Amino acid sequence: MDLLTIVQILDSTLRLATPLLLACLAGLFSERAGIFDIGLEGKMLAAAFFSAAVAYTSGSVWLGLLAGIAASLALSALHGLASITFRGNQLISGVAINFLAAGMTVLIAQDWFSQGGRTPSLFGGGRFEPITLPFADALANVPVLGPIYSELLSGHSILVYVALATVPLTWWILFRTRFGLRLRAVGEAPEAVDTAGVSVVGLRYAAVGICGILCGIAGSYLATGLQAGFVKDMTAGRGYIALAALIFAKWRPWYALGACLLFGLLQAVALRYQNIDLGAFEIPVQFMDALPYILTVVILAGFVGKAIPPRAGGEPYVKER
Amino acid sequence: MTRMQKFFGATAALALSAGAAMAEPALIFDLGGKFDKSFNEAAFTGAKAWADETGNSFREIELQSEAQREQALRRFAESGANPIVMTGFAFGDALGQVAPDYPDTKFAIIDMVVDAPNVRSVVFNEHEGSYLVGMMAAMASESGTVGFIGGMDIPLIRKFACGYVQGVKAVNADAEVIQNMTGTTPAAWNDPVKGSELTKAQISQGADVVYAAAGGTGVGVLQTAADEDILSIGVDSNQNYMHPGKILTSMLKRVDVAVYEAFTSGEDLETGINVMGIGNNGIGYALDEHNKDLITEEMKAAVDEAAAKISSGELVVHDYMADSSCPAE
Repeated sequence: MDLLTIVQILDSTLRLATPLLLACLAGLFSERAGIFDIGLEGKMLAAAFFSAAVAYTSGSVWLGLLAGIAASLALSALHGLASITFRGNQLISGVAINFLAAGMTVLIAQDWFSQGGRTPSLFGGGRFEPITLPFADALANVPVLGPIYSELLSGHSILVYVALATVPLTWWILFRTRFGLRLRAVGEAPEAVDTAGVSVVGLRYAAVGICGILCGIAGSYLATGLQAGFVKDMTAGRGYIALAALIFAKWRPWYALGACLLFGLLQAVALRYQNIDLGAFEIPVQFMDALPYILTVVILAGFVGKAIPPRAGGEPYVKER
Repeated sequence: MTRMQKFFGATAALALSAGAAMAEPALIFDLGGKFDKSFNEAAFTGAKAWADETGNSFREIELQSEAQREQALRRFAESGANPIVMTGFAFGDALGQVAPDYPDTKFAIIDMVVDAPNVRSVVFNEHEGSYLVGMMAAMASESGTVGFIGGMDIPLIRKFACGYVQGVKAVNADAEVIQNMTGTTPAAWNDPVKGSELTKAQISQGADVVYAAAGGTGVGVLQTAADEDILSIGVDSNQNYMHPGKILTSMLKRVDVAVYEAFTSGEDLETGINVMGIGNNGIGYALDEHNKDLITEEMKAAVDEAAAKISSGELVVHDYMADSSCPAE
């Protein structure tokens, strides 16, 4: 395997890991505040559709991105209403959002565009174009570092860099700001936060809102960055892999980056080599596809460290019980 | 007012009885929906062509859920529609149960074989069409490496792949064909992101023509191929218009012809297995204003010659589903 092949696989890894990373960080905010969210998939899907639909209609990808975020926020608000205000079961609300998004996107797409639940292909300003980083072309011929910089790091759409920048930002917000401290506290011991006179409901809504924004970016990236349009069910289970990555990362931002890159790498390798021949035996591609889930189960079973979810996760907060 | 109601009632009854006497044909679309730009829409096109030509009408329903299959079949059969045509292999089980209950009604199912005396099973020789587009891919390729991207890894898609490889090798025995399947679950039909990544991976391994037989995943394949400036090949219906000048051709599966023929024969529909291949215009390749500059005279001549040989039986393309193996890799 030569350097160029490795760079190409890592390049593919970065593209595949970006939606996972954004969705994973979205889940991180929500779950750290004590709201389990298995509706990441649905929110991404809704965002993917509305970003593509608006980008196609308006011809501006930025309006598309805003529409995607708005759609995702609307579903987040629904999740918040059901699980924070009305104290419903968070898992059921999340499942409902997934179903709602899967059905609604196809229905609206069919009604608007009559193309079998697709949006028309985006072109020109309707898509996020790859960005060439400064000096990428000039440095392309430098041995080793040249291809790494010009092929691997340069030439992605802006949302990839946004996703990467979100990791330190998330770390800083959660662990270095007052808001972050309270957000984490609300997921561990909401009664303590309430006693201190800070609104539990407000904090949880804020967390769910941030989750909505990040899912919106993730969905828009799928439809307008990686692809040029929406196809039904195009998230194809990425929301669930992001949840697996979140558990794998033990609800920590930097670990989340590592987990998503690892899962992205596994996918990229599986796509590049159908069956990996190790001489003595062959690893089938199905095994590579299943590996993220297997690794997550291994982590959950406690073989490699312990994954402890936020203590108040999944429980609606009731004052004065 | 009551008189009016009676009047309307009488006309309605008259219309109903008239409908029953004419025995309208019926068409049931699968879950993909009538306007899916592919399989179901082709069926609708065939039915519409028949209606325009004969001036008769037909009945239709778009399924909304799995549970409606049997219900829709029974409703149409009870109301006297004949023949009843349905698109998609997923109707197999439902039809197997319903067909014996209505021995006087003729049914036609596309893409599936149901063994009953009043059922016509229409199957397509996809491997023959794939062979033709494989030949074109090999002739259009400059690198000598071409790609195949399948949807879900099922025997039907392997049949496409196998025919394609045989076509490529027939033109250039040294050509390399990179084959990838998107996945092993139904999600593989709708994952354009994976389709794009597979295309990029194949391009980096030298492929300069990619054939997608992957449903919605194929949208990503065609898009990436167009973005990266290589050629691609569409499937099922004519997809040339999606990226004019970037799609070499499309492998056509003439579902419209199958529906048109079934409607035309009406109640005298011939039952049994009906194989649609190159010989009876059931399979072909697309040539229109979007790809005419890509297809050279030489290419067209070679492919048409092969098509003639296939339909005369002189050339036999191996069918993967016959013995679950492929002679060419």
